[in-house]
Amino acid sequence: MRPNRVIEGSLRSLLGVIERTLESEELARRSGVLQRLDPRVKLLGFLGLIVATAASRRLEVIAAVFALTLVLAMLSQVPLGTLLIRVWAGAFAFTGLIALPALFLTPGRPVARLPLLGWVVTAQGFRGAVYLISRVETTATLSMLLVLCTPWAHVLKALRVLRVPVVLVVTLGMTYRYILLTIAAAEEMFESRRSRMVGRLAAKDGRRLAMATAGVLLSKTMQLSGDVYLAMQSRGFRGEVYVLDEFRMRPGDWGWLALFCALAAAALWMGH
Amino acid sequence: MHIPDGYLSPATCAVLYATSAPFWYVALRRLKRRLATKLIPLLSVFAAFAFVVMMFNLPLPGGTTGHAVGVSISSIVLGPWASILAISIALFIQAVFFGDGGITSLGANCFNMAIAGSLVAYFTYRAVSGKCAIGSRRRVVAAGVAGYLSINVAALLAALEFGIQPLLFRDAAGAPLYAPYPLKIAVPAMMAGHLTVAGIAEMLLAAGLVAWLQHSHPSLLSATAPGAAPPRSRDCEEAVAPVIAWRAIRPLLAGLAALLLFTPLGILAVGSAWGEWSPHDLADQAARRQIAAVSAHRALPPGVPQGLDRLSSIWTAPFPAYAPRFLRNQSFGYFLSAAFGSGLILLAAVALDWVLAARRRSG
Repeated sequence: MRPNRVIEGSLRSLLGVIERTLESEELARRSGVLQRLDPRVKLLGFLGLIVATAASRRLEVIAAVFALTLVLAMLSQVPLGTLLIRVWAGAFAFTGLIALPALFLTPGRPVARLPLLGWVVTAQGFRGAVYLISRVETTATLSMLLVLCTPWAHVLKALRVLRVPVVLVVTLGMTYRYILLTIAAAEEMFESRRSRMVGRLAAKDGRRLAMATAGVLLSKTMQLSGDVYLAMQSRGFRGEVYVLDEFRMRPGDWGWLALFCALAAAALWMGH
Repeated sequence: MHIPDGYLSPATCAVLYATSAPFWYVALRRLKRRLATKLIPLLSVFAAFAFVVMMFNLPLPGGTTGHAVGVSISSIVLGPWASILAISIALFIQAVFFGDGGITSLGANCFNMAIAGSLVAYFTYRAVSGKCAIGSRRRVVAAGVAGYLSINVAALLAALEFGIQPLLFRDAAGAPLYAPYPLKIAVPAMMAGHLTVAGIAEMLLAAGLVAWLQHSHPSLLSATAPGAAPPRSRDCEEAVAPVIAWRAIRPLLAGLAALLLFTPLGILAVGSAWGEWSPHDLADQAARRQIAAVSAHRALPPGVPQGLDRLSSIWTAPFPAYAPRFLRNQSFGYFLSAAFGSGLILLAAVALDWVLAARRRSG
């Protein structure tokens, strides 16, 4: 094992989350087409397109929805490079690796043969792999676009339109906030340990360090839970949860909602 | 194990959302009744902990590293119902904000990891730890077993969900529309990684955290340990553990005895197991024909390979082929061999326990 992999790897993961969160918040503040839309319209519209993509039995329909997401991304000032790094590359590498053996393992009509190994690629295997990769890329782009163009607090409040209980909406909002606080605490612990270390960290010691950090984090978590509860009580919390309804539908929002519904219905009908 | 969108059909996703919904409903009802106003801060903060702990790189034996899910430690500290909700919330945030797992497949991911994972972890932990003291080493073992089992059950469920896709959903030309591999490929492919890496990561996290909590914050372990003695001193653990250990494994011993009675069923299988042929089998013409038939009719070497012939005579087993020479009844011979083998293993375990106990007393 390379020295201090437990510290370096964990720090990389933790800082990656903070970096992506900051980037999302910066993109959500831009004045693109999607950023100006009512969050409820975006949530319903994107959900409809995701379901239509998942249900489609035609590659052309999936490709058309993907093209639509590219247009929306460009209209919303979301750089395609961001989507390439955050969605496409990862999804292609992960799903491509999973789909690759299906080219040879799926029984069907032979269409090609690998030169040295002699493995036969079947038409059904090829189509199956393309279905999987295109579907994953399209749905992942849609869900990422929603988050990149909407502040997280608005996404959560918009969940009320799906009849998600208000207590869960509030819990999700608090969880998101405390994730960033917990990440900061974990990062400080790893950093402080790194600053006191010279030489290599054996695997056993690495495990011990990870356990101790997780244990301290767990204790802090439980303590924080009590502190947050007391703070809520001090502000008059008695168990009832209210969320301010700050969204107002404008004529343009109704138009986009109608457009999203029409597109999702068309994709469902044509993809069936 | 976080299933992205596109791997499962909308019908499968809908079924798994519908299956998960009653668990979420019951969990919310039970917790609201028990925790009342404390529910929101506890769930929020613990879900945040579960989210962050999933990012820790855990060094595993063999030089690799792995990530745990944290479902078992959530179940052990919070109980199964709060764990179901806390892990579901963490999975939702992972899916929606960080693209780890899909939105349509969120029901499936919650069912596999949050619901099945939490319940398996909780019941395994309770069953293995019994009523032993909070500070007992058995709780560490129980947490490890719970972690390993919960992740592997979750992975098996995900593999089954993948494996049924090509059976049910194909296009007109026969191409699979979603996850392309049938059960016979999906299950071993999924389980290989989880039995060897992910399961061990979860086992280490659960066992390590329970050991850490026993020393630092034992009160956090009391919620899922009703009737357990609070931690006082290590002497208490030593006095309690052996008595409870033998009582706890009594059902296992009864199961072992039942299995011993069924060992003669092994005689029903005829011929040698593939690859376990003796020099006698390779010299016998009828046996050679059988071996060729089950080996895709590949030509066998003309005689008994020299190396096999030489090495096979180095050690002669006292009960060759599970049939002691002094017994004429084959079934009884099978039973006796099984009893002898199991007895040897139990004796070795008792001897090891005795040596370790003696070392603990002296140290």
